[in-house]
Amino acid sequence: MQLREQILSIIEKNSRMDLKELAVILGADEIAIVNEMAAMEAEGIICGYHTLIDWEKTSVEKVSALIEVRVTPQRGQGFDSIAERIYKYPEVNSVYLISGGYDLLVTLEGKSLKEVSQFVSDKLSTLDTILSTATHFILKKYKDHGTVLAKKVEDMREKITP
Amino acid sequence: MRNPVADKVVAIKPSGIRKFFDIVSEMPEAISLGVGEPDFDTPWHIRDEGIFSLEKGRTFYTSNSGLKELRQEICNYLKRKQQLEYDSEDVLVTVGGSEAIDIGLRAMCNPGEEVLIPQPCYVSYEPCAILAGAVPVTINLKAENEFRLTAQELEDAITDKTKVLILAFPNNPTGAIMEKKDLEAIADVIIRHDLYVLSDEIYAELTYKGEHVSIASLPGMYERTVLINGFSKAYAMTGWRLGYACGPAVILEQMRKIHQFAIMCAPTTSQYAAVEALKNGDEDVAMMREQYNQRRRYLIHAFKEMGLECFEPYGAFYIFPCIKEFGMTSDEFAMRFLEEEKVAVVPGTAFGDCGEGFLRISYAYSLENLKIAIERLNRFVNKLRSEK
Repeated sequence: MQLREQILSIIEKNSRMDLKELAVILGADEIAIVNEMAAMEAEGIICGYHTLIDWEKTSVEKVSALIEVRVTPQRGQGFDSIAERIYKYPEVNSVYLISGGYDLLVTLEGKSLKEVSQFVSDKLSTLDTILSTATHFILKKYKDHGTVLAKKVEDMREKITP
Repeated sequence: MRNPVADKVVAIKPSGIRKFFDIVSEMPEAISLGVGEPDFDTPWHIRDEGIFSLEKGRTFYTSNSGLKELRQEICNYLKRKQQLEYDSEDVLVTVGGSEAIDIGLRAMCNPGEEVLIPQPCYVSYEPCAILAGAVPVTINLKAENEFRLTAQELEDAITDKTKVLILAFPNNPTGAIMEKKDLEAIADVIIRHDLYVLSDEIYAELTYKGEHVSIASLPGMYERTVLINGFSKAYAMTGWRLGYACGPAVILEQMRKIHQFAIMCAPTTSQYAAVEALKNGDEDVAMMREQYNQRRRYLIHAFKEMGLECFEPYGAFYIFPCIKEFGMTSDEFAMRFLEEEKVAVVPGTAFGDCGEGFLRISYAYSLENLKIAIERLNRFVNKLRSEK
């Protein structure tokens, strides 16, 4: 693997690792790491440094939903302009163009079922090019971004073995 | 009443690790760097094949040698990775590498013949040699040679009774490797003195400097080598108990006989899972090796900063720092470290007398755990230095 890919594979899991340590474990020069990361930020390869939060364990009320959206593609613009209309809403977390039975998958978060439903009925469904929507509320997150949220992983090995 | 047990077995010392194990077991709060197995789970697709084989009702014995398909995959693998040319008839699937060590020595040794065991090493070679009726002869490896075996050390240990050399590289506990040039020098001596090699290469995949070279691949060594490998370390499959031995028919045939009568066959479920591991597991192995290598670099760096003497290990998942500066035995150091900082490491002496003055530290732990342990080691080392 190139240094670039090595850096990405680590910070994808742990974006807080400090640069000195990253240099140590990759056996690379710290300056090289700094330069590589700056370059990747400039090129839009690294798009942000986020934190994975299990909101369930906090007192904050949150509802997440996945919305399947069927749209009419527009001449000359395909799905891009309708996708843009949707992703401009700050409530929306992600918008993906999907192959299969529908066109766009939209994920979003709200404070309550009502808030999410209102967004769908008032804002999303009323957009011209949207043919239909199907909203799925997330009941429980077992695993997110490669991390198991549902239970703690325990070391089940014997403590000393030859 | 007559003594119900055999003198030969009674005379074998229990593993030096045992005592430590008992103490650590009583300390649930202790963190351990004492484990000799991967921290990864067996990759899911491999487990899935094991489960699928059970669902399919593949719950019978396999042939004594192991599933033909598995033996063929082992041959393909050894050719792909180490340019070794084995036929599936030259492969015996065993219950872990451990069984292969046992029956290999039993198949090769006559009473009184000497088995050369370079130490520090894994704990079972010496007892297995004794149980095979052979005489174990220790070769004490040296830190200044990075715990590699030199031709001179080998030459000095050979008598007219010497029959087998055990080579275990990449090495547990030192992390040492033998590169091609090192092995060529050894092979030369082996051929000149008409000896055989039992080469335990269970850590072959965990090599961090170049590619692992098997002594069996050197000219004239195929017919003199029993190669042992397995799935435990490379694929994180310790609990599946699956290994294998490859070698010339004249030895394999006798090993197969012992295996047939003592074991019958290796676990069937594990064999089906292992086929999947060899077919589609290369990426998993590469991912785990990369992670081990990151931790290895982290530890080497940390020891350097601590001023703890340590050669750079290029294999397995162990690092073997020297603690002679503190004027304690390995046992005393490990015990105090456990009591005062609640971290378990294994004293080097568990792997032979010449491990005195060293500790085996395993990095089969997440970087987060290693960081906590290193912080404590740092504190402990500073305390010891200020006591002096």
